[in-house]
Amino acid sequence: MSAGTLYDKVWDRHRVAELPGGSTQLFIGLHLIHEVTSPQAFAALRDLGLGVRHPERTVATVDHIVPTTSQARPFADPLAEEMLATLERNCAEHAITLHGLGSGRQGIVHVIAPELGLTQPGMTVACGDSHTSTHGAFGAIAFGIGTSQVRDVLASQSLAMNKLKVRRILVEGRLQPGVFAKDLVLHIIRSLGVKGGVGYAYEFAGSCIEALSMEERMTLCNMAIEGGARCGYVNPDATTFAYIQGRPFAPEGEAWDRAVAWWSSLASGADAVFDDEVVFEAGTIAPTVTWGITPGQGIGVDESVPSLADTPVDERPLAEEAYRYMDLQPGMPIAGVPVDVCFIGSCTNGRLSDLQAAAAVARGRQVAPGLKAFVVPGSEQVAAAAEAEGLDAVFTAAGFEWREPGCSMCLAMNPDRLEGRQISASSSNRNFKGRQGSASGRTLLMSPAMVAAAAVTGRVSDVRELLALVPLQVPVG
Amino acid sequence: MSSSLPPRPFPAGPIASITGTAVVVRGDDIDTDRIIPARFLKCVSFEGLAEGAFADDRTELAGAHPFDRAEHQGASLLLVNRNFGCGSSREHAPQALMRWGIRALVGESFAEIFYGNCLALGLPCLTAGHDTMRALQEAALAAPTEPLSLTLAEASLEGYGQRWPLELPAGPLQMLTTGQWDATGQLLSHHAELSRTLAALPYANGFH
Repeated sequence: MSAGTLYDKVWDRHRVAELPGGSTQLFIGLHLIHEVTSPQAFAALRDLGLGVRHPERTVATVDHIVPTTSQARPFADPLAEEMLATLERNCAEHAITLHGLGSGRQGIVHVIAPELGLTQPGMTVACGDSHTSTHGAFGAIAFGIGTSQVRDVLASQSLAMNKLKVRRILVEGRLQPGVFAKDLVLHIIRSLGVKGGVGYAYEFAGSCIEALSMEERMTLCNMAIEGGARCGYVNPDATTFAYIQGRPFAPEGEAWDRAVAWWSSLASGADAVFDDEVVFEAGTIAPTVTWGITPGQGIGVDESVPSLADTPVDERPLAEEAYRYMDLQPGMPIAGVPVDVCFIGSCTNGRLSDLQAAAAVARGRQVAPGLKAFVVPGSEQVAAAAEAEGLDAVFTAAGFEWREPGCSMCLAMNPDRLEGRQISASSSNRNFKGRQGSASGRTLLMSPAMVAAAAVTGRVSDVRELLALVPLQVPVG
Repeated sequence: MSSSLPPRPFPAGPIASITGTAVVVRGDDIDTDRIIPARFLKCVSFEGLAEGAFADDRTELAGAHPFDRAEHQGASLLLVNRNFGCGSSREHAPQALMRWGIRALVGESFAEIFYGNCLALGLPCLTAGHDTMRALQEAALAAPTEPLSLTLAEASLEGYGQRWPLELPAGPLQMLTTGQWDATGQLLSHHAELSRTLAALPYANGFH
């Protein structure tokens, strides 16, 4: 059983009571809500005659259903309009702050809470969205919940939870140029599997993690859930504190100094005990691309789709299903697979540094003929910062569309979606069957720079070749 | 079709046993996007979600999906494999299964958020080893109309001429059998403890 880890310390600070049945009532420091998973929770409160216990600890935005072309109200889609109107009504009725469209603060919930300074080390963070693990980048214990639990947090600011085990994932060394946090996390999931993290919180540590920026750490923790781990986190350090300082909801003055002292005390100690530990070497990781229908079915861009013989016996049925669905043959190189749509955005990779990395590839190049490529900033703040440094112009000059912020084609609850058998290069987090809005649509997950490389070449390409980081492969014969 | 059957009440209060026929949905890592595609999440109520259950898989199989087959209409037990319900936290997934008629799930393993969502709705998720699960699924496919009886306290399933040993941890078992699977009341009863926890949290008190 783990002891002395950040997870243990934060858990203990938030323990309210032990419940019959052995679960723990855990206080939730920050509750984030959006239009998709909250309306039924508010309706349940109404049915039960309950109010919101701490409206100041719940923050709302709208992200999943917003169109990214025109965000004028009412939306063209009456169901989307009804969902936003319902959120607005619920927030007004219960005095909950809503960072709505045009406020300058709207965006994907997992992008805006960090950039507003709402997410802080040592907090428990819950949201009706599985990618809540993102906030673990700050040394928070953050996890996704269902709508009944959203109701419980609204009513009591707490949840019935069972304590997880803690696996330390040590990543040593440096990522090579052209290799990003997205590649690292796809590599980890490929190695440990999509079920490997069930029952665990993932602590990401080691020299590679310490050198990552906050935005890279968010990408990493964001996809902990894709490896089965409900939460992932990084111990808070100087990088964390520098990111938070000066943001709208960050502590100030003397409170800042006290905050940094407390946050520092939460990091896993040298004598911390973990339930499990795994070590990775960062320098050996290549840009990574998924070829199948789970985020664990990933390979280096210089590898080929694995054969059945190279697949563990119990994973073969899924591999066979993936070959069929993706129409990719075992043994074929992933590089060179033609794509139809390129999507840059999402709570995984819709932040400023993601757009900068993609723009560095797109600059001075052109999107391949017949291919649709679009960029969806993660928030209004990301959009403004990107526009201030001219990234929108870089993208549009290259033939990408520059859109309004939202979740967009990560899950295709808005009009952005694949059609028929289209295949996308996507900087999002899930390649499940039908995920991007077409029941037969196909998704290749990769980093934003790799998506940009796919956009300008029309096929899966090693971004390192476009950035002249490795010699071009000259076909022989 | 299911619409012609009398509606089955949703779980309420203590749950001791579940009786009914079983439907088998095979495969590992069946994610919640497959259980309920995102377009069905465009709603402000869970009503009507039954038609979205496995919608794309059902379309792809053109009537041959287990949820469409005549012999499975009215089934109350869902037999699955590993990591069922992975991916998105959408409670719409267990809501869709429940509204279709499912009252308990048995599988090799379940994704955590999905498991918690099921528990919050009073849908028990029991587990069995790989070989047991495979044999159970085979037996269910061979006798799709034979009713089974699931007893939570014993974590056992009676049917197809034998007793199938399952697992259900003590916590969920107690919550389900005592009717405390709906946590709201318990959480609210700790008003003083909630206030005390908040008062001791540095970030809620200017970091003093």
